[in-house]
Amino acid sequence: MKINWFKSASPATFYPLAGRMIPWFSTAAALLCAVGLYVSFFLAPTDATQGEAYRIIFIHVPAAWMSMFIYLVMAFWAGIGLAFNTRLSSMMAQALAPTGAMFTFVALWTGALWGKPTWGTWWVWDARLTSELILLFLYLGYLALTAAIDDTRRADKAGAILALVGAVNVPIIYFSVQWWNTLHQGASVSLTRAPSMARIMLIGMLLMGLAAWMYSIAAALSRVRLIILEREKNTAWVREVLEREA
Amino acid sequence: MNWGSWSAFWHMGGYGLYVWGSYGVTLLCLAGEIWLLGRRRRTLLARLNQMLRLSRQNGNETPT
Repeated sequence: MKINWFKSASPATFYPLAGRMIPWFSTAAALLCAVGLYVSFFLAPTDATQGEAYRIIFIHVPAAWMSMFIYLVMAFWAGIGLAFNTRLSSMMAQALAPTGAMFTFVALWTGALWGKPTWGTWWVWDARLTSELILLFLYLGYLALTAAIDDTRRADKAGAILALVGAVNVPIIYFSVQWWNTLHQGASVSLTRAPSMARIMLIGMLLMGLAAWMYSIAAALSRVRLIILEREKNTAWVREVLEREA
Repeated sequence: MNWGSWSAFWHMGGYGLYVWGSYGVTLLCLAGEIWLLGRRRRTLLARLNQMLRLSRQNGNETPT
């Protein structure tokens, strides 16, 4: 099947396309989450040193991955929108920000609840935790900035610059555990060496990570459809959509 | 199987507050986002449909 990317990138074509994709991604997210939770609670054994507290890993790590990954995807689309003035790219960046902010909050929250029993503190101002908190402020700053500017084209441009400059923070978060002496442990999973955890725990974490990924796609597609309708409300095709759905 | 009973499952080896506090708040965040998306869609469609009705009533076939 040949896909015409220029045609797919028009909001009028993408709106129904996204609508057809959402059920697939939602179903995949629900199934992966169900299997992932089963592995996390019923197949993965108790950790030798942390007891049951370690089970927080199955949401903490996927949430932290998504918080960084969504930011990079958001900055990418914002940058494409800034460079080529493609409307849909900027809308996609807008649609990703709230989901990214939500996962950043979840990563921080579960980190605090994991830190208390294992480190003895909810929070420390070390490199990993502080740079992740800055990520949350970058998301919130992006949302506040784009919401504060009425002219959508100018809002997209200002947001894109903030998103691109803030992207510097993502490698800082990722490598912070190597660059600085921090309380946070190093990466359990990396591309360059064998994972330092039991296989079944790793499988549970990867399943939950995939579930979070599928959920993020479904949520971002749902939100981009709303943004498309809001921005294109005066066009003939939106009137046709409304008349068909009414 | 890790858990002999439901109470052992909820107790989580003494870490119930931390484990369920994490999973519970994550569930709330996900449910909240889905609810907000649904509400935004309902209010947007209601507003756009109203705009469409008004433009028809005014006999204005090409609204700005």
